[in-house]
Amino acid sequence: AVAAGLTAVPGLAWADEAAVAEAIKGMVGDMPPESGVTLDLPEIAENGNTVPLSFEVDAPMSGDVYVKDVMVLADGNPSPDVAVFHFTPMSGKAAASTRLRLAGTQNVVAVAQLSDGTAMMGKKQVKVTIGGCGG
Amino acid sequence: MATIRPRVKAPRKASPGEVVEIKTLINHSMESGQRKDKNGDPIPRQIINKFVAAFNGREFFTVDLAPAISANPYLSFYAKVEESGEFTFTWHDDDGSVYEDSKSIEVA
Amino acid sequence: AGLRQAAARQTLSQADLLRFDPLGQVTLLHVTDVHAQLTPIYFREPSINLGVGAVEGKPPHVTGHDFLQMFDIPADSPECYALTSENFVDLARTYGRVGGLDRLATLINAIRAERPDNTLFLDGGDTWQGSYTSLQTRGGDMVRAFNALKTDAMTAHWEFTYGEARVREILDGELDMPFLCGNVLDTLWEEPVFESTQMFERGGVQVAVIGQAFPYTPIANPRHLIPEWSFGIRPETVQEHVDAARAAGAEVVVLLSHNGFDVDRKLASLVSGIDVILTGHTHDALPREVKVGKTLLIASGSHGKFLSRLDLEVTGGQVTDYRYRLIPVFADVITPDPDMARLIAEVRAPYEAECTRVLGKTDDLLYRRGNFNGTFDDLICQALLAERDAEIALSPGFRWGATLLPGQDITIDDVYSMTAITYPNAYRQAMTGEMLKTILEDVADNLFNDDPFYQQGGDMVRVGGLGYSIDIQKPMGSRISDMTLLKTGAPIDPAREYVVAGWASVNEGTEGPPIYDVVSQYIERQGTVSVPENTTIKIRT
Ligand SMILES: [Mn+2]
Ligand SMILES: [Mn+2]
Repeated sequence: AVAAGLTAVPGLAWADEAAVAEAIKGMVGDMPPESGVTLDLPEIAENGNTVPLSFEVDAPMSGDVYVKDVMVLADGNPSPDVAVFHFTPMSGKAAASTRLRLAGTQNVVAVAQLSDGTAMMGKKQVKVTIGGCGG
Repeated sequence: MATIRPRVKAPRKASPGEVVEIKTLINHSMESGQRKDKNGDPIPRQIINKFVAAFNGREFFTVDLAPAISANPYLSFYAKVEESGEFTFTWHDDDGSVYEDSKSIEVA
Repeated sequence: AGLRQAAARQTLSQADLLRFDPLGQVTLLHVTDVHAQLTPIYFREPSINLGVGAVEGKPPHVTGHDFLQMFDIPADSPECYALTSENFVDLARTYGRVGGLDRLATLINAIRAERPDNTLFLDGGDTWQGSYTSLQTRGGDMVRAFNALKTDAMTAHWEFTYGEARVREILDGELDMPFLCGNVLDTLWEEPVFESTQMFERGGVQVAVIGQAFPYTPIANPRHLIPEWSFGIRPETVQEHVDAARAAGAEVVVLLSHNGFDVDRKLASLVSGIDVILTGHTHDALPREVKVGKTLLIASGSHGKFLSRLDLEVTGGQVTDYRYRLIPVFADVITPDPDMARLIAEVRAPYEAECTRVLGKTDDLLYRRGNFNGTFDDLICQALLAERDAEIALSPGFRWGATLLPGQDITIDDVYSMTAITYPNAYRQAMTGEMLKTILEDVADNLFNDDPFYQQGGDMVRVGGLGYSIDIQKPMGSRISDMTLLKTGAPIDPAREYVVAGWASVNEGTEGPPIYDVVSQYIERQGTVSVPENTTIKIRT
């Protein structure tokens, strides 16, 4: 076990829970309840530079009401922004995957906004560790 | 940077109304703008900032990417296909470059 | 040896070990975490194995006298010797060595002869790594031995530390069994790399075996050895495989897992439809199954010390009854299988002279298992401090490695049993006090996080030249206190740099002599080694 060295970015204001909350309120108004968005991320990141993320919104994608936007945020990076996904009924399913950079152990949040204004949210903590050792 | 070349995996055939998965990759360093070079000078930001997927000319899925997205950005997503046609995919670089790929699908 | 065999044989016999009243149509046999032990060894179970949160005081977090009480085992009995550290040295002299693949072969062959159409023999992984010969042959010796045991399927962990190219080479040309790792995806397209499931028909019953590799392989071991493979627990994926197996007609679903016991206990509560989880990685040996809902969890120990036998009765597509026995492989009372004995001699022949070379002798019991220290690890730390001229030594909290009794010779085999890894370089570098604290806190959280999905198994990093206190109940960042440089008795200064020697760094390009050479040289210099009782780590509650 030896320190791997996390990405350090001196002199920058880092994201925190408040910055994430502010971004969420900017998108959907009030803070939505923590349900309706399933976030799939590893509990412990294999590589902080490329952490796989998938999400799926528990909402229909046909008819009048569908998932329009999903914003992904991280509360321990230099900036909270990760990505914003824009869906249409032709998406068929409000689900997507990507990979992101995590500068350390932190929470990843996904907020969904439906075409009728309803908002939903999912959250998961990802640990970024030094590694080593084992059974 | 090596030649930037997008790659897409999508099914060639589907039945009407089927929801198919599409996977895309593009080799790109996604320079975050937060790193410094050997001399301590900041390396300017250069990322893919937008991805657009369209089917028969109609946009159905787009993503705005931030520097927190990993190098060689990977995106997978879905499309509900009702008729045969062509998917087009475009990646927009901070430097104004646009990279494109396309895949056709037979729906029967 | 003659006297010892006589003593062991007075209380035990091969027939006793095989005694089992057969049940139902399916007999599952399981070994795991053999760690390349071809021949019999001593192996002391831990005297300290703490659990946190919901699993505190539950098996496998029970040791010593409490373990004997919980499982109703008489003191000084063969089961006491096999399953605990109680009175270990005396009992080791009475009951002798354990394991040895020629002994295991005898047991497996006998059960197969009795249940030819019913038996399924499964290996939970950590098989190809852990000895001199396995390191020299890059796992090839163990592949041959487990092929010869007619293993029906395996999963993996340390296997991956030979690197992607070697694993592929073994799968393409050497291995005679399915290599099931349903939780491994490629890092490029996130698609399955290995088969997840193998269907077997036994006694007219369809049995699906789903393999689950160690989820944290690229974190606990060097990722650069397998850069294109991604792991993880992936409960949803496990559920998909279970559902697919049921849809394909499976009447029994077995998860052949290298998750670690607490991870499997939680997984069993999240995934429905698994009948049996054959657990591995955390090296626990439990004489009885643990039930989570309808799922049976089996813990078969390590180092070839035990063979699990689980008989299942299946009626109308459901497991309706079962019978379980954890069979200790007492080497001195089992007649070695001649074919396997010949194979072991053959694979060891090119290395035999070097392996059996005596480096020195030990005055004290040398073992590894324990949450905070083991005497062999203390010896490794002594060697690092002395041979690398360091103030502080760090040694990984591995759980594998054979035990040596007081007075025993230490051979090359014994050193490699504790150190045979593919990234052995013993580094020497400056670290600040703050960095040392970060490392201890990080490893402590990997071991004592109260959510098992955030645990990596293994034990606390071992330290030499450094004392500390630990409160395992505290959150990350505040478990470790009172860090002291033992040489001076001064508190560790967060800002000061210390010369630290260690090994098994997961970082690519780590430099230094291989740890097995460092330890061998130290033992040769000492002649006879002794390890004082470790009083440098205080456990606070
Ligand atoms: Mn193991
Ligand atoms: Mn393991």
